[in-house]
Amino acid sequence: MALIPTLPRKLHGASIWALYVVGLLPAVWYFYQGATGGLGVNPVKTFEHLLGIWALRFLIATLAVTPLRDIAGINWLRYRRALGLLAFYYVALHFSVWLILDRGLDFSSIAGDIVKRPYITIGMVCLVSLVPLALTSNSWSIRRLGQRWSKLHQLIYPVALGGALHYLLAIKSLTAGPFIHIALIALLLLYRPLRKPFLAWKRGKPVAAQQRASSR
Amino acid sequence: MPVYRPPRIAASDITPRDIYMSRRKFMGTAAAGFVMAGAGSALAAPLTAAPSRFSTDETLTPKEAVTTYNNFYEFGTAKSDPAQNSGQFEPLPWSVKVDGMVGKPREFGIEELMKMQLEDRTYRMRCVEGWSMVIPWVGFPLSALLDQVEPLGSAKYVSFETVVRPEQMPGQTGFFQPLEWPYVEGLRLDEARHPLTILAVGLYGETLPNQNGAPIRLVVPWKYGFKSIKSIVKISLVEEQPQTTWKNSNAREYGFYSNVNPAVDHPRWSQATEQRIGDGGFFSVANRPTLPFNGYADEVASLYEGMDLKANF
Repeated sequence: MALIPTLPRKLHGASIWALYVVGLLPAVWYFYQGATGGLGVNPVKTFEHLLGIWALRFLIATLAVTPLRDIAGINWLRYRRALGLLAFYYVALHFSVWLILDRGLDFSSIAGDIVKRPYITIGMVCLVSLVPLALTSNSWSIRRLGQRWSKLHQLIYPVALGGALHYLLAIKSLTAGPFIHIALIALLLLYRPLRKPFLAWKRGKPVAAQQRASSR
Repeated sequence: MPVYRPPRIAASDITPRDIYMSRRKFMGTAAAGFVMAGAGSALAAPLTAAPSRFSTDETLTPKEAVTTYNNFYEFGTAKSDPAQNSGQFEPLPWSVKVDGMVGKPREFGIEELMKMQLEDRTYRMRCVEGWSMVIPWVGFPLSALLDQVEPLGSAKYVSFETVVRPEQMPGQTGFFQPLEWPYVEGLRLDEARHPLTILAVGLYGETLPNQNGAPIRLVVPWKYGFKSIKSIVKISLVEEQPQTTWKNSNAREYGFYSNVNPAVDHPRWSQATEQRIGDGGFFSVANRPTLPFNGYADEVASLYEGMDLKANF
């Protein structure tokens, strides 16, 4: 199925590097805006929130690669590592801005918040869980870990759930923006248990149709 | 030889107050095609007010911050929404109905309220979200209004209601309505009568911009900002504790009293510190400790003597 033109194989590598560059542009742009007074009167909070939202967006994109291939036949598996790493970079930046610019490295208040505030606890657990995933996002680790690599990288599902929960608990009221992000994560996670039956059904469909045709 | 000196004439002697007050309306029509971003300040009319001993001399939060960083969900939930989406709102004509357990229920036209003895009241404002400002309000004590309607002895609380105008307030339309409308708030009668409690009709020496609750709003400086209800159309004196919007929305997180209290955290975040908007910058956030009753403990702590402030949050 070719809904979009196929990219020549020799451009695959370049397109992945382009994705890293484009993916990091929002962070660079918002940092520039924040430093030059373009993010309003509370620039640190605005910057911090934007980084968090972009982390969720890359997490959503990472989770969308498989269903996109299953359902629409578009194979963007080659971009998944970059999307996942971009999500990690944004989570790490989101945390760093909170730590340094927002809390001003006030470690006692930071520690208190991490222990006492469920949404911050969840956020921290997600960040920590993403570290082994980021460290093993390379071909050497995949070869080295074999089956265990797939097992390890299933951690992305609880992390996505945690990210959605972290967002939900941090806001005062559920409006359209948060709802869309959280709903997309929920849909993409719900797809996982449905995937096997869906693929079986998809494989079986043409066969069943043929059988019906031949039995006529 | 005597030289003729023309008498000094104040601007307010030349232009009657109701004419310059309606300037807002005139300008609104004239400026309909202009960029809305500056609308809030472009429509403001100057006010004269007496100084007050209740004012703080802390550094004022810049006017730009006070008028562009707002929570006024009737215009949207983002901080910039009220300034951006309130251009269509018409604060004039306006009247406030005062009823309930009072001897003389009646409706006050905004012109009449603007003629009350106005004072400059520079107050700290602490938002429940953990940020704060210092805002030079112009207003008059709520007690001055209550005196005129003569509350009955049975009145124990005062309830307040914000206007509902979906056609002018985009946050009141659409699929995602963050709160129930009308926005309602309430105070105990002694809180309402406290001299710190004011009805504000202006800030920075001018009439209120739409995004700050034009044309008249409550300011209760020792409580979290959401208690200071905006664009008030109705005030009722009642016997039972009135409904309040945020408590209705989530009673576990927002209480009736909502006094600023660093010792009682919001269930999801700490209230021990606050970020002073306008101080510091991108690389130097101005976090400061939050004070009990937002620094007004000397004036108001006695109102809550013997009360468990953790239970009555």
